[in-house]
Amino acid sequence: MEKYLSLFTEYNIPAAFWVNIQLTFWAAIGALVLGTVLAMMRISPVRSFAAFGTGYVNIIRNTPLTIILLFGVLALYNQLGFTLSSDFDQNFFNLAVMGLAIYHAAFVCEAIRSGVNTVPVGQAEAARAIGLSFFPAAREVILPQAFRGSVVPLGNVLIALIKNSTVAAVSSVAIEASSVMKQMLEFESNLIIPIFATFAIGFVIIVIPVGVLTTWLSKKLAVAR
Amino acid sequence: MRKSRIAAVAAMAAAAALTLSACGGGGGDSADKVKIGIKFDQPGVGYKDGDKYTGFDVDVAKYVAKELGYAEDKIEFISTPSANRETSLQNKQVDMIFASYSITDKRKESVAFAGPYLIAGQDLLVPVDSAITGPEDLNGKTLCSVTGSTSAQKIKDTYAKEVRLQEQSGYAECLGGMTGGTIDAVTTDDIILAGLAAQPANAGKFKVVGKPFSEERYGVGLNKESTKCADINKAINKMIDSGEWEKAVKANTEGTGYTPNPAVNPPKTDACA
Amino acid sequence: MSASVLFDTPGPKAKRRILLINIIGVLLLLALLVVVVIGLANKGQMEPSLWATMFTSNAWTNFLLPGLINTLKAAGLAIVLSIVFGLAFGMGLLSELKALRWFSTIIVEFFRAVPVLLLIVFFNILLSRTGIVNGTDSPFWAVVISLMLYNGSVVAELVRSGVRNLPKGQREAGIAIGLTTNQSLRLIEIPQALVAMLPALIGQFVVILKDSALGYIVGFTELLFYSRTFASANGNMLQALLVAAAIFIIINFALSKLAEIVSRRLSSRMPDGKTADPDAELEAPALA
Repeated sequence: MEKYLSLFTEYNIPAAFWVNIQLTFWAAIGALVLGTVLAMMRISPVRSFAAFGTGYVNIIRNTPLTIILLFGVLALYNQLGFTLSSDFDQNFFNLAVMGLAIYHAAFVCEAIRSGVNTVPVGQAEAARAIGLSFFPAAREVILPQAFRGSVVPLGNVLIALIKNSTVAAVSSVAIEASSVMKQMLEFESNLIIPIFATFAIGFVIIVIPVGVLTTWLSKKLAVAR
Repeated sequence: MRKSRIAAVAAMAAAAALTLSACGGGGGDSADKVKIGIKFDQPGVGYKDGDKYTGFDVDVAKYVAKELGYAEDKIEFISTPSANRETSLQNKQVDMIFASYSITDKRKESVAFAGPYLIAGQDLLVPVDSAITGPEDLNGKTLCSVTGSTSAQKIKDTYAKEVRLQEQSGYAECLGGMTGGTIDAVTTDDIILAGLAAQPANAGKFKVVGKPFSEERYGVGLNKESTKCADINKAINKMIDSGEWEKAVKANTEGTGYTPNPAVNPPKTDACA
Repeated sequence: MSASVLFDTPGPKAKRRILLINIIGVLLLLALLVVVVIGLANKGQMEPSLWATMFTSNAWTNFLLPGLINTLKAAGLAIVLSIVFGLAFGMGLLSELKALRWFSTIIVEFFRAVPVLLLIVFFNILLSRTGIVNGTDSPFWAVVISLMLYNGSVVAELVRSGVRNLPKGQREAGIAIGLTTNQSLRLIEIPQALVAMLPALIGQFVVILKDSALGYIVGFTELLFYSRTFASANGNMLQALLVAAAIFIIINFALSKLAEIVSRRLSSRMPDGKTADPDAELEAPALA
C-alpha cells in the first residue's frame, strides 16, 4: 500500500490525465466545427462539395487513427515543415489535436447527418415555403433540430474522443495517460494491476458522467413529435 | 430448433477460436535444433528479410551456433522483442538470445549471460554534413529517440539541458525526420544506429558521431540452468581471434564511420557463473 | 428526410453558379494536392525507387501479406470472442436476477469506458510477465483479449437494446405458449435481436480492424508493424504507411458497404421499421 501511494509522488498522474482532457477539449471543438461543415457539404446542392464530404467520411473513418496521427508528425511536420506552434512541445500537442479533430470530424458528420434524418420532411418543406433558401433553412430550421436529434451519437463521439486521446502517444505527445501508464508498468513490475486499475478508473470517472449527461440532455432536448 | 441454432453459433465460435489460436505453439524435435532469439525488426542488428536473417547479432549467433555444432539449417530463429526476453528464456521457448541484450545485474537475477560479444555505447547519428560532434553540441537542437528511451533522457540531464526531445515509435521514423530536416540527431546504441544507416536506402546520408557516452555490454542470454556458457564464450573468443568478428562488424555497418569503441572492444568475455 | 427538399431544382442561372463553384472546389483540391506533392518532392520523398520498393514481391510476400494475415487473424478471433462475450453479458444485462444484472452492468460499463490502448498495454505486460502464453504470443493475445473486452461490451449493449426494441408481443406470445421468461429471452427475443444487430456487428468489425493497428505499439506483428519494419530497412516510411492505410481503407470500406447492404435487406424484410434505421443503428456504435 505504501509502495502504491509513493507512485503518486513519483509520477504525476493527474497531470497526465489533464493532458488527455486538454487534447479532448480542443479536438472536440475542432471536430464539431469540421464535422458540421462536412455535414452541410454532404447535403448541399453543389455536387463537388457533396462528393468531397462523402469521400472524406469514407476515407477517414476507415483509416486507423494511429496512421492519421503518424502522418501528422511524419509527413506534415517532419517532411513538409508544417507547424502549428513556434513552441516545440506545443507543436506536437497541436498536431495531435488536429489529427484527432480530423478523425472524429468524420463521425461528427455522420452523427449530425443521422440527426438530420430525424427531422421530418415537413420542417424543410415549411422552411422552403416561407421563402428560406438553402443556408437560412439549414441554419434556422434543420440544423438546430438535427443537433437535438444527434445528442446521443455526438455524446458517443465525445466518449470515443476522450478514450482515443491516449493514441496521441504516437504523435510525440510524451506526457499523457497511456504513455505514463506504460512507463510505470515497465518500471514498477510488482504493481501492474493497481497501476492499471488507477488509470482505468480514472477514465471511468471521466467517461461515465459524459454518458449520463448526454442521455439527460437528449431527453431534455428531445423534440416532441 | 432455435436453441440448437444458438448452440451451433457458440460451437462455431469455439471452433474458430481453436483453429485461430493454433498459431504459435510448435516445438517438438528440439534435440538436433537450436532455437535462437533475435530481433526481427532492427536492420543491421537483427532483421528478418523474407526467409533470410541479417545483421550483426545474427552473424554472431550463426558463428556461435556453428561452433556448438549446429549447422545453419539447424537454427530456428525466433523473434524476441525487448519486453519478453526474460520470460522467453525462463519458459525455454528459446535456447539463447542474441538481441542487443545488455548484461545487467538486475537481469542476472532471472537469467544467465555468456559473453559479452560486443560493447556498444549510446551515441548519436547525424546527417553526413552535420557539425554536431558530440552530445554537448545538442543545445537548441532537436534530438529524436524512441518512446521511453534512457539515452535521450541522459543527454538532456547531463550534456545538453536545452535539447529538444522528439519521441517516435521507431528509429526509422527518426531517420525520416533527419532527411526531412526537422531532426538534427538520433540517439541509441551505436551499433543500432550504424546498422540502420548502413541500409542501402540510407547509404551515404548519415554518420555515427563516435563519442559513446555509455557502455552497453551485449551478452548472450541463457536460461539459468544452461550449461552452454563456457562453450559460447570459447566460440566468441574464437570469432574475435579469427578476424570473423571484425568482418561481421564491418559488413553490417559499412559506410557509416562506425567502429566499436576501441577502448573496450573487442570485448573480453566474462567468467561463467 | 431527403436532402433535396432543402433546395429547388437549380435553374439555368443557379446551374451555372454551381458549375463555377464545382470548378473552383476541384481546383482548390488539386492545388492542395500539388502543394503537398511538391513539398514532398523537395524532400526527396517522390523518388520513384521509394515507391517502387513498395510494389516488389518481397514487400508483399514477406511483409505486407504476413502482416495483413496477422491483422485478420487477430480481428477475426476478436469478433468471434466479442460475440460470445456480448451474448453472455447481454443476457446478464437482461437477467431477472438483480445481482447478475448489476455485475454485468459494471463489467460492460467499465470496459466501454477504458481506452483500448490502455487494455492492450496492460495485458501485454501482464501476459508476458506471468508467462500464461508463449512470450512471443503475448502481444497477439493482448490485442485479442483487449478487443474482445471492449467490443464484447459494445455487443452486450447491442443485445440489450436489440431485445428492448422488440415489440412487447414477442415476449408475451412466448410466455403465452408456456415458455419461462428466460426461455422466451433465449429462444425468441435474442435470435431476433441478433438478426437486427447484424449490420451493427459488421460495423463493429471495422472498429476491431482499425483498433488492431494499435497492436504495433506493443510489438504485435500486424500490418502496420510489418509496414514499418519493411520501411526501416528501405527508408520509405511514408510510402509504407500510405500503402498500409490504403489496405485498411479498402477492407473497411468494403465491410461498411456490406453492412449497408445487409441493413437494407433486413429493413425491407421487416417493414415495421424496428431495424430499419441504418444510420442510427450503424453509425453510433461504429466508433473506434
